[in-house]
Formats: sequence, structure tokens, C-alpha cells
Amino acid sequence: MPAEQLAEVSDLFVVGAILLYLFSMIAFAAELAFGRVRADAPAVPARRPVAVGAGADAAPDEPVEAPPGDVEPPAWAAKAGVAGLALGWVGWAANLAAILTRGLAVERWPWGNMYEFVVALCFAAVTAFLVTQVRYNVRFLGSFVMIAAAVGLGAAARLLYTSAGPVVPALDSYWVAIHVSAAVLASGLFVVGAASGGLYLVRGDGPSRLPSRADLERVAHRAIVVAFPLWTFAVITGALWADKAWGRYWGWDPKEVWSFITWVAYAAYLHARATGGWRGRPATIIQLVAFACLMFNLIGVNIFLSGLHSYADL
Amino acid sequence: MSVDELERKQAAKGPVGLGGMGWLRWTWRTLTSMKTALILLFLFALASVPGSLVPQRGVDPDKVAQLYENDPTLAEWYDRFQLFDVFTSVWFAAIYLLLFTSLIGCIIPRTSTYLRELRRRPPAAPRNLSRLPHSAAFSGDLTVEEAARRLRRRRFRVDTGDGWVSAEKGYLRETGNLVFHISLLGLLVAVGFGSLYGYRGNVLVVEGDGFANTVAAYDRFIPGSQVSAESLEPFAFQLTDFQATYQVEGEKKGQELDYSAFLRVNDAPGAAERPYELKVNEPLEINGTQTYLIGHGYAPVFRVTDGKGEVAYEGPVPCLIEDKPTYTSGCVVKAPDAQPQQLGFLLRFLPTSVPLVDGSYASAFPGAIQPEVQVLGAFSGDLGMRSGKPQSVYELAPPEAMSKLTPLLMGTAVPKPLAVGQSVDLPQGAGKLEFTGVKEWITLQIAYDPGRVPALVFAALATVSIALSLTIRRRRVWVRVKDGTVEVGGLTRTEGSAAGFAEEFDDIVKVLSAGDKDAR
Ligand code: HEM
Repeated sequence: MPAEQLAEVSDLFVVGAILLYLFSMIAFAAELAFGRVRADAPAVPARRPVAVGAGADAAPDEPVEAPPGDVEPPAWAAKAGVAGLALGWVGWAANLAAILTRGLAVERWPWGNMYEFVVALCFAAVTAFLVTQVRYNVRFLGSFVMIAAAVGLGAAARLLYTSAGPVVPALDSYWVAIHVSAAVLASGLFVVGAASGGLYLVRGDGPSRLPSRADLERVAHRAIVVAFPLWTFAVITGALWADKAWGRYWGWDPKEVWSFITWVAYAAYLHARATGGWRGRPATIIQLVAFACLMFNLIGVNIFLSGLHSYADL
Repeated sequence: MSVDELERKQAAKGPVGLGGMGWLRWTWRTLTSMKTALILLFLFALASVPGSLVPQRGVDPDKVAQLYENDPTLAEWYDRFQLFDVFTSVWFAAIYLLLFTSLIGCIIPRTSTYLRELRRRPPAAPRNLSRLPHSAAFSGDLTVEEAARRLRRRRFRVDTGDGWVSAEKGYLRETGNLVFHISLLGLLVAVGFGSLYGYRGNVLVVEGDGFANTVAAYDRFIPGSQVSAESLEPFAFQLTDFQATYQVEGEKKGQELDYSAFLRVNDAPGAAERPYELKVNEPLEINGTQTYLIGHGYAPVFRVTDGKGEVAYEGPVPCLIEDKPTYTSGCVVKAPDAQPQQLGFLLRFLPTSVPLVDGSYASAFPGAIQPEVQVLGAFSGDLGMRSGKPQSVYELAPPEAMSKLTPLLMGTAVPKPLAVGQSVDLPQGAGKLEFTGVKEWITLQIAYDPGRVPALVFAALATVSIALSLTIRRRRVWVRVKDGTVEVGGLTRTEGSAAGFAEEFDDIVKVLSAGDKDAR
């Protein structure tokens, strides 16, 4: 297939992915709205004393069901969740196909400009969610991740669209594959962490259709714990690439400044989790601030601040 | 020991005395507490923000100058707070030095605790294993020795007693954490060392010209405070050719695809010459000194003949790019030796000149397909070059001298741009300007940073160790054997990792309860 047609196919896949993500979001939302109500109580009623210095100990894993007496949710609610998941996977495949066809059309790594980067980021966020879902039940996050991905893809297609083509020589490097892939992957996981953290703040104390706060916090922590080393790696490979391309590994270019700020902010979150009195709400707020820094770096820096990063050309 | 425990223990060392020592101890303890670390981390991030909002001298000196011009009072204030040099400012340094002091204060006690823990045996089994978060019981004739052997197989550190086994695993978590924080210290030291003993410089080289690595040869040279002129690596090279390719069609027409500078390099005086193709992303390295290709442009070649018929100037003139997509560039030709009066020209270089419908000309493509030069102005008079003040090669004359020049040709006096080989005669026999050819120039960044390899090592170490620290969980398993029943209990000492441990614990129980023969 000639390059132009491939590029058109890629654009169609993006549209398909947006629609599928939206349908998936609706299905997940239906499950969330009509599904089972859960109490906000730890599974093990009270932590039993442990003779040995156990320190911070295991918290419960499975969400707890509300005490009996609540209305049974309609049977279709759970089915809606499954449908949401299926739609999500199909959308994921469309998103992947969009990236692959774009890559074939331009004959390089398909994340050379803002448009391609955001498409890849949405893909990474959905991947992070779906892969987590394979092991842990995080369907409650579905509608939030899906709406974020749909809006992200929509914004990319409407506002950031760049027609398929070559990149400037500085971007034509294998470091794109390493550095940007790591950044995309980490960002995708941070999206999952932020979705969970946002729900943590929204969720009240009483029974709710959302999982317990402890569970929400745990999911967020998990995602960030995996994402943080990846982000560290992304920043370092960025420095390696800058060393090759610009003659210095670190020069406080706005993009570098904000990846550094993001990194420090997430490190602060990890510290807050280990500091008495900062767990829970304060730590979650720090996490969301860190996420805001991440997003600003992605979008704000490119729009408001100029620098060496060629991504800045919208 | 968890962080909180450690802090509690430190805090419990007795009330703060009011004497000097007491205050010192109190300051140190506060500085090295986790809460202070958290606040300092915040400040660290916050302090970096202005570094991206206010133009930085080290990154974009032109923008700083522009700000000084547009709003001098604001710029003064910015400068007073070192906002143009955030990352080398006193207050930024104060924050990170406090943070790293806190870090050292954190690492030392943790390391000694850690070393003690490494030598300590796993703690004895609690009385009631069934009350642990994970527990199981089965009947069998497992012996203490056999249980210990099987747990060792699973890489547990094991201690045994009368009828019990105690096992622990996951020490790498703490190792990772310590190595990570120590690597951060190492990274800081490496970066600091590099900035003291390294240097960086920029130079513009025109095709056919050469460069020898000496301080005088640089257009801009930024040495670290410990760099002396003799410490520069004595290499040299000549730029024999430069080639760029551009996209020729489609929406991205004119975009650069690739460019190369062909050099002939002498690694040291007297060494054999070798060819090198310098490209973006592929610097030339000579003994740790890196030469990078940063940019390129055009240097049209001119010959200026003065009123007496003598050649007053001949050679290439590097032009400033005015419009990147088409490489339309502005050039200045100065002939201070021209007689009877000095001559100067303002020119515009069009790499691919095309006539527009309104009769003007513009460049349509960055490649030199139809190179032409527009004469914007020709002047005679004192160019102000003898004042001794340094002058820009991109400026015809300083403003005060500029106003005194006599215009010979202006704007529309030369309606058609000059093609290679063409010339324009100045009125009143003042002389002649000939456009004789086109060369290209490249800008290079040459950098020596002895800290870059250590910095990379520490950064890599930090990445690996943080991954270890965040993914490994510390866990303990106990086994108690009594009258043919085996009780197993386990717990993780890492918050939030219970989910994975449940599976591992089931596995361990399976291995322990398996018959001797098929036990692995
Ligand atoms: C340059 C600044 C720092 C950065 C980027 C940083 C980063 C991190 C990260 C990412 C973690 C998470 C690893 C884990 O949980 O195992 C961590 C843990 C930790 N950090 Fe730092 N840190 C810094 C400074 C400090 C300082 C100044 C202290 C001491 C006051 C400190 C004490 C600790 C401790 C005790 C932990 C372990 C927490 C736990 O047990 O979960 N760090 N640090």
C-alpha cells in the first residue's frame, strides 16, 4: 500500500478507536452506576496483633461487598462491565493498528511529533489499564481511563494533527525508540495512578459503588511504583540522547526542567507514603500534583514554552 | 525497621538539652527527618519552575537580552533574584545542598541499621502462627531440617530452633533503596565535577576552513573554573564539504532530511589525517572531547573591487538565517580596506530564488538550486571598525557609525538579484560587488565533560536500584513442627504487596507439604 493510503488508514483507525473507547466508557459507566455497592471497610475487620515487629503490614486485597440487606444489582450490570472490557480491547487493537500503519506510512518510529505522541500515550494508558485488569479487578477505573483516552485521541486528531511525513534529522535516531517509548509507557501508568487517585479523593467514607479507599490507594500506588523507575529510565535515556544530539546531557531546557519536576514530585509522593501522617489524602494530593506536572510537560511546555525539543513544533 | 520506627527510635534518645550540643543534635535530627526531606523535595521541584518560565542565560541568552530591552526594570528585579540563572543560583544551591545533607543524614543511620540486619538471623517464630496474615497447617512428617532445606532452596535466609524454622527474604529491597540514594549523591558529585573541570564552546566553520582546538579559535567559550588553556585536547580538523538533503515534495516540502559535514581530522599535532563524516546525533569524539554538528547555513562568496580597481575583499561571508523553512538569509559584506573610502553591503541570500507576481523575489526552497543575492543597500564611509570595540560580523556598523554612512545603492536600485558570476557596479565609480560562488557553514559545539561517564554510571545504578527497591518485597515465613502437624505462617514487611505474596505463600506451603520425593 502506498504511504498516503496507509496514513489515511491510520487516521481511520484513530477514529475507530475513539468510538470504541467511548462505547467502552459507557458500558463501564453503566456497571459502575448500577453495580454492587461496597462498604469502605477493610476486609479483615481489625488488624490482629502480631507478635513480631511486623511494621507496615499487609492490607486486604479483595474489595469487600456491602453487608447483606442491600438490593441486588440488576444482572446486566456485571455484563455491561464485561462488554466494556471487550470494547476496550477492540479499541486498543484499533489504536495499536493506527500506530502501526502510521509507522509503516512514515517509515520511522511513529512518535515523532505531538500528534503521534499523544496517540501513543492514549494507547499506553489503555494498555496499562487492560493489563492491570488481567490480574487485578480494576474495572471501576474503566470508564475514567476510557474517557481520558477518547478525549486524548480526539484532541490529538482535532488540534494536534500533523500529516504523515519525515522528522527533522535530530529526531531521526534510535533513541526515539528507547526514550520516547519509556516516557509513553510510564505516562500511561501514571494515568492509571491518577485515575485511581482522583477516585480516592472523590469517594466518601460510606458505602459506595467504588472500591474501598484502601483499594483505590493501593491501585494508584502499584501503578506509580512501576511507572517511577520507568520514568527515571526515560529521563536518563533522554539525557543520553541529548548528549548525542546537542552536546550536553542536561541543559535545563524547559522540557528537561519539567521532566525533572515531575520526577521529584513523584519521588515526594513515594516519600509521603513512607512518612507517618502523610499517607492517604495528602499523599494522593501530591500524586495528583505530580500528574499535573507530567501533563503540563506533555502539553503545556510545547504550547507555552519554547526549547530545543522539536516536539514543540505543533 | 520501618522509617517510622527508625525515627521514633531517634526521637526517643532523650529530650533535647538546651546547651549548644542539644541544639545541634536537634537541628541535625530535624534536618534528617523524613518530613524535612519531603518538604525539601517539594521546594526542589518548586524552585525549578521559574527556570522554565523565565529565560535562562545558559540556555537562551538572546531572550534574556530581549527582556532587558523590553522591560529593564523587570529584568533588573529578575536579575536581583538570580532568576536568569536559576540552576546556578545561591538559593537553588541552598535547597539542594540541604536536601543532600539530609540525604547523607538519612543514609548513614540506615546503612548501619541495614548492615546490622544483614548479620542478624531471622527472628524467632511467634507463638501463634495462625494469627499471622498468611497461615496454613497440614499434617505430615516434615522435619525442621527438611523444611529449612526447602526454604533455603527458595533462597530464603533461614534460622532453625527447637521445632521451628524462621526464614526471611527480600533484603535486596533495602539494598536497592540505599544504593539508589547513594547513587543520587554520586550523580550530584559527578555533575559538579564535570562543571568544574569541563568546558563547552561554539564555533562556526565555513567550507574549506579549518579549526584547531584552542581557546582563541572559539566564537564562544565557556570553561569550568578549573579549566586552563593548556588542558584543551590539541586536535584540529578541516571542513572539506557539507551536504544537506531536503524533502522535495508534499506538505513537508523543504524539511531537512539529513545533513553531513565531511571533515579531515588530525587527532593530535603531527598525527595522520583521517576523514570523518560528522552528522547530527553522531558526534566526533577525540579523547573524551566531543564535537557536535549543531546547525548550518550559507556563506556566499563575494569579491569587492574598490574605486581604485583593487580587490578590497574576497571570500565567503556567513549569513544569518532569517527564515528557516526557505533558508532565506541576511548577509553583511564589509570591505574596510577599500579606497578611497570603506565599503559595506547589506545583502539577502536566496538559495532557490523565484520571481513573484509582484516583481519581487523570494526563496522557495532551502537547497541551493538557484542561488541569488539581493542587494539591499551599499554604503561608503567609516564602518567604525577602528574604534577598537568588538563588532558583530552580522552588523554593517555600530548604530552611531551607521547614520554617518553614505548610501550608494538602496532598495530598488538593483531590481534583479545577482546570480553566481554576476556583479553590480557602484555609482560614481566607487567600485564593484561580484557574487562569485556559494559555500556553506556549519556551527559546532565542542564539549569536554569529565563527569559525563561517572554521571551515566550513577544514573544507571539509580535506575536499577530504584526498580529493585520498588519491586522486591521483604517477607518472612515461619514453620512450626509439632506432633505430626506442620504450621506455616508468613507476612510481608512491605506495605501493599500482600496480593502477590498470597500466591507465593500458597506455593511455599505446597512445596513444604509435598512428599519428600517430589519436593523440589
Ligand atoms: C534527592 C532527593 C531524593 C530522591 C529523588 C529520593 C527518592 C526516593 C524514592 C523514589 C524512594 C522510594 C523507594 C522506596 O520506597 O523503596 C525513596 C525512599 C526513601 N527515601 Fe528518598 N529520595 C531523596 C532524598 C531522601 C532524603 C533526603 C531522605 C532522608 C531524610 C530519604 C529517605 C528515604 C527513605 C527512608 C526511603 C524509604 C521509604 C520506605 O521505606 O518505603 N530520601 N526515596
